[in-house]
Amino acid sequence: MVWQTLWMYSKVFLVGGALCALGELLCLLTRLTPARILVAFIVAGVALSALGLYGPLVEFAGAGATVPLTGFGHSLCQGVIHSVQERGWIGAFCGGLTATAGGIAAAIFFGTLVALVCKPRMKG
Amino acid sequence: MAGKRIGQQTILLPMKPAISAGAACVGPKEGEGPLGDAFDWVTDDELCGQQTFELAERQMVLEAARTAIRKASLRVSDIQFFMGGDLLNQIISASFAAREMSLPFVGLYGACSTMSEGLCLGGMLVDGGHADHVVCVASSHFCTAERQYRFPLEYGNQRTPTAQWTVTGAGATVLSLSPKTSPMARITHVCMGRVVDLGVTDANNMGAAMAPAATDTLLALFEDTHTTPADYDLIVTGDLGQVGHDLLLKLMQEQEMPLCAGTYQDCGLMIYDQKQDVHAGGSGCGCSASVLNGYLLPKLQSGQIRRMIFMATGALMSTTSSQQGESIPGVAHAVVLESPVEKGRM
Amino acid sequence: MNHQKIKTDPVHYDALTKQVSPPSKLGQGLLRAFWVGGFVCVLGQIIADIGTKLLKMTTSDGFCLTAIVLVFCTAVLTGLGVFDKIGQYAGAGSFVPITGFANAMVSPAVEFRREGMVLGLGAKLFTIAGPVLVYGISASVLVGLIYAIIFP
Repeated sequence: MVWQTLWMYSKVFLVGGALCALGELLCLLTRLTPARILVAFIVAGVALSALGLYGPLVEFAGAGATVPLTGFGHSLCQGVIHSVQERGWIGAFCGGLTATAGGIAAAIFFGTLVALVCKPRMKG
Repeated sequence: MAGKRIGQQTILLPMKPAISAGAACVGPKEGEGPLGDAFDWVTDDELCGQQTFELAERQMVLEAARTAIRKASLRVSDIQFFMGGDLLNQIISASFAAREMSLPFVGLYGACSTMSEGLCLGGMLVDGGHADHVVCVASSHFCTAERQYRFPLEYGNQRTPTAQWTVTGAGATVLSLSPKTSPMARITHVCMGRVVDLGVTDANNMGAAMAPAATDTLLALFEDTHTTPADYDLIVTGDLGQVGHDLLLKLMQEQEMPLCAGTYQDCGLMIYDQKQDVHAGGSGCGCSASVLNGYLLPKLQSGQIRRMIFMATGALMSTTSSQQGESIPGVAHAVVLESPVEKGRM
Repeated sequence: MNHQKIKTDPVHYDALTKQVSPPSKLGQGLLRAFWVGGFVCVLGQIIADIGTKLLKMTTSDGFCLTAIVLVFCTAVLTGLGVFDKIGQYAGAGSFVPITGFANAMVSPAVEFRREGMVLGLGAKLFTIAGPVLVYGISASVLVGLIYAIIFP
């Protein structure tokens, strides 16, 4: 049981770390801004998920695959596909945001809350 | 022309307008740097007791201008032109400070070259007899520049090794035809630079974008005045940083007018310590403005420096031009400053 | 007509610039991104496990809880002025996980609050993160439509 848990967390660490290192590699080699890399990651997540390649990675590494932004793309894609299966073509427009609503709503809500309370600070 | 124009870009100022006083205000990080003691006012925090960073920058401009006028034993009403600029859209630091000063205002935008652009124009106004006293200002603020040109302060981006750190600071210089106090320095020549662009597109490597313009202006100045780098005790550029500094040395070498290693310095490298994690050095209008007015002018006044070139450099891009993929044009304006101390009277 | 005093060409200058500019430290950057990114994901897994095992949530709700908690932590760290320091250290290690998405929304909100509640905070919330939503959602709609056509 302990070994199983440890092995699971190791997989999470390795896969999550590797995805982030890939992002850093792109960042340093291509001088792309973080915003562009994030766009690339989320679109890549959607595409890989649609091709059925990202699902197995989530099975394998859990949060290691869902927490990076590619996982966000995966959630969007799976949400859309499930919704299309249930509701037909209209699901293409409804499923993605439903599946990812938690993270987006949290970012908007907490962002607003924090902005009301905190002031910008000097770097460094 | 009365023989004042002595070349394509250089103008001789025969009246030798005096710098009757200079003042510099900087933020806490600059105050902790190696030149910390040289500045007239080091603020306690980036906000200077104001509500926004923009108001703080404006406050520093006002403080620098008023201090300089006071040090020149003048009243605000003695000043006939208030000229200057900053990095913010529509140069709001300078123009809103001018609103407080209630003086005839000449707004300048030369990006980080604004301090020397102001000295060039102000020097010519005074030399031409169009004004008795002129105040030139330039300012920048890390927090206002960062949010306008780059990212919000709290955004967790990584700075590249060639990136520079915008100086929080303002400098003001009073130029006078007949100063009421003993002058700190005199302007003998001004050289207005052309815009030079060698195709650098990396907005995180401003030094590389500006070094060609700096080289071009220096070459023009040397050619027009028939001088060489050896004729100056010191040549100071504005904010080329480590990369631009090294590139200027290489370019001058290639153009067969090598600079003497010991007598060439850059304000961006002088204002911070290597330990302050500023990567390639300081930048911003306030960088050259505060170093000139706080540190260099007293050295000229005491005669430690006899003759020097002060050349602030600017990168003339905007966020729009960068996003549309345009390269970054540079510009550099130079003034030749002389010590008021006569030779042999040290 | 080019009256420039400086005689050099952009190609040569580009080479000169590369020679002088210090390179980014690749190995150090990758290592930092790797361990911080991995660490954030492990935190995410712990939160998901708490959700599914202690709070008896479904797996998908567990991952939703992960997103909400990580976003909350990022918002607080951003507001306290800590996240930008983590970002400077970790680079992609902090911006590739959902923490980066949250930071990209919270930081402009904090910064531009002074320009007002609506056009400052409200509008600027999406300046950096907006494109991520735009292209992520568009791509997913496209996938959904294709899916609907292939499997009617």
